[in-house]
Amino acid sequence: MDAHPNVLIQRWTTLSRAIAVIVIALFVALAAGPALLPGAILDKLTVLFIYVCLAAMWNALAGYGGMISAGQQAFFGLGAYLAIRLSEWGVPPYPALIAAALLAGVSALPISAIVLRLRTGEFAIAMWIIAECVRLLVNLDPIIQGDTGRSLIALSTYDATERRAFTYWMALASMGTILVVIFLLLRSRLGSSVQAIRDNEEAAASVGVKVATAKRVIFVVAAIGCALAGTLWLAAFTTFQPRSFFGIQWSAYMIFMVLVGGIGRFEGPILGAIVFFLIETWFGKTGVWYLVVLGLSALLFSLLLPKGIWGYIEDRFQVLLLPVGYRVKLPAGWSDT
Amino acid sequence: MSLLSVNALDVRHGLLQAVREVDLKVDQGETVALIGANGAGKTTLLRAIAGAHRASRGQIHLDGSDITNVPAHQRVAMGIALVPEGRRLFAAMTVEENLLIARASGRQGEWTVDRVMETFPMLKPRRKARCGTLSGGEQQATAIGRALMTNPRVLLLDEVSLGLSPLAVDLVYRSVETLIASGATILLVEQDLNRALKVANRVMCMLEGRIVIQGTAGTLTRERITEAYFGHHKRPVGKTQ
Amino acid sequence: MSLVSAVIDGALLGGYYAMIACGLSFMFGVMRIINLAHGSLAIVAAFALWTIADRMGYDPFLALIVVLPVMGALGWLLQRAVLERSLRAGELVPILSTFGLAIVVENLLFEYFGADTRSLAPYVGSLSYDSFNIGGGTYVGELAILTFVVAILLLGGLQLFLTYTPLGCYIRATAEDPDTVELVGVNSRFVNAVAAAIALATIALAGLFLGLRTSFDPYAGSMQLIFAFEAAVIGGSGTLWGTLAGGIVLGIAQTFGAQLHPQGFLLAGHGIFLLVLVGRLYLPGHYLRFLHK
Repeated sequence: MDAHPNVLIQRWTTLSRAIAVIVIALFVALAAGPALLPGAILDKLTVLFIYVCLAAMWNALAGYGGMISAGQQAFFGLGAYLAIRLSEWGVPPYPALIAAALLAGVSALPISAIVLRLRTGEFAIAMWIIAECVRLLVNLDPIIQGDTGRSLIALSTYDATERRAFTYWMALASMGTILVVIFLLLRSRLGSSVQAIRDNEEAAASVGVKVATAKRVIFVVAAIGCALAGTLWLAAFTTFQPRSFFGIQWSAYMIFMVLVGGIGRFEGPILGAIVFFLIETWFGKTGVWYLVVLGLSALLFSLLLPKGIWGYIEDRFQVLLLPVGYRVKLPAGWSDT
Repeated sequence: MSLLSVNALDVRHGLLQAVREVDLKVDQGETVALIGANGAGKTTLLRAIAGAHRASRGQIHLDGSDITNVPAHQRVAMGIALVPEGRRLFAAMTVEENLLIARASGRQGEWTVDRVMETFPMLKPRRKARCGTLSGGEQQATAIGRALMTNPRVLLLDEVSLGLSPLAVDLVYRSVETLIASGATILLVEQDLNRALKVANRVMCMLEGRIVIQGTAGTLTRERITEAYFGHHKRPVGKTQ
Repeated sequence: MSLVSAVIDGALLGGYYAMIACGLSFMFGVMRIINLAHGSLAIVAAFALWTIADRMGYDPFLALIVVLPVMGALGWLLQRAVLERSLRAGELVPILSTFGLAIVVENLLFEYFGADTRSLAPYVGSLSYDSFNIGGGTYVGELAILTFVVAILLLGGLQLFLTYTPLGCYIRATAEDPDTVELVGVNSRFVNAVAAAIALATIALAGLFLGLRTSFDPYAGSMQLIFAFEAAVIGGSGTLWGTLAGGIVLGIAQTFGAQLHPQGFLLAGHGIFLLVLVGRLYLPGHYLRFLHK
């Protein structure tokens, strides 16, 4: 059959070009934040950027890799702990944050050897158990005095304004890097592999997709990303308390952000992080009721609106903002039979 | 009025349209054979009648009642029994347990475990054996027995000769003939044309989801059937590269 | 603590683990769902029993007569309202929905009962600290023995039910082939709801013995889920008795670990779990056959 001459395969549409320009402009504007915005706003934005990192990573695992992890807090806490450890050994604080994230990524390799062979449900709980194990092992280090925790003391060498600005820029840079990495990953061959795996692992393997490798790459990238988020949280809040950093609530937040925002979509986690941030700002003071709302939303969205808000918008209005996939543009009058 | 009637049935199998606008009638006591190549839609049609697949269009009637939207387990209670392709026995359970599962249908009648043993004597020594350990022929006999235990009004047989030795197929068909002789209403799918023509009153050939030819076993010639089977009567569409 | 003591205590602890794990295994066996709310539902049962014992003065064992069927009905409801839809929606959804449910449950419990730990032990006289002297200066807790015996009865009863009753037959068939079972007249939705009801009833029983053994708070569910899962995996998914074996191995490992270090209890348990998991994934089949069916 000849290819019909007027069918176009597109990556970039006019809309997505416009969006790309807007995104870059927004990024530059945010970078100027410390010069323009009051400290309280900077703190809040830092938290939002961290949430975006977490959501994007969990989405990469679940939405693209088909791996639902109830234990990413393992890397979140491990990153923070390693930052403290490195700092104790004399590494300056901000480089320690980055090194800690990378080291956490290294730790993900042996972990992946165990967990990636498990089926979906077993993988979820196994990661939860891994998080518990990491928490227990971290508690063995004498510098972590049980649940009272430990501060990243070296941060006090910077004054408050500097520290806030550096942490803000690092969070912004981390978020940007993570999003760019995912964007490129999805457009690459690995990205197609990964989405094929998510849709049907056996079929993907049968056409030559290296399933194990693709999943491992995503797993390690997600580990680094979550660990980075953990180090940033440490930089923002200074104190590391094992129970809080290794708590299951981080998984609850990630699941909420991704399910509500839109699983398997690039824009989904960003939307989800914003929604979560707003809910937390408005309702966080109500204590555990807001956790009940989070859990209930996760439950209802998974049953009733599984593609999340962004998925719904994309389907309903046929909107594709950023060119992660391909669009087939059919000429007018094309019919299906 | 026919015991089983299917009107303008469309069934999708995933994204594929497996059954297109099929009309089919089976009268009480009749044996109808569905033949056709692999992928013609025969199994999907049978499963749709049994309730395992949802029809996207059309109706199915059993003795006048519309069963199109009735769930599968209720159709069994109303008198339709399917012997699935590949037997689909519960391998971890014994022959007897597989037969007794049919109690779930709640239908009363002549069929008991003992009667099944009489009809398929090869099963007598295997009554307490796990189905996973049975030979192909024994499994097929058990599968048919399991369907019979629901005291069906219409029996659907899907490729009962598949994967069996010729001897085993002989035995199975001998039992089928006994059932036919006792007045059973049967709709069977069969790849082996000879067997189909031998036992059936009527034959229907499917191709790409449609019924392309049907008639009594006597009036259809082998040539016409073969043509319909392979679609040789259709004009070629487009060029191949 | 002597070696013999540690082994006995660990093995008896395994009885409790078998009890909490059996509902999880059962639900997975029949419906292929891992219920992440499993642990928090056990805590719901424990709090329900505590409320009846504390506010109305009934013995927790008597309170079970009410709580067990109510939990069973809850299981039925859970299946029809949540799990059935989750199953239809895809493989990932049951995990997400049950996780969401777990978060809702434990935080609602916190909202209603607060952070204080509770225990059922004060309501059963001296059962929770009485012990038998089995000679050689070794003592074995009465409660631990009772828990183990009840676990055996539970697993045995469940096994008999599955093997000899028609409903048990339908459940086994549905577990093996949920599509074909409909074609032989079994209403698989009904069967799944019954299985969920049974699973939650066993959770209620486990909740009772959890509350007697130890104190619990609204967030204790996570650890119970983890222990249940570990026991089930160590034992090898397959038979109920395998779950008992897994529970015993877990209990013994934990008891030994506790001797070595304050964190040793948990670390040893997770450690043996990971060891068995790695072994199962990487060693050729026959090394671990004794742990399988």
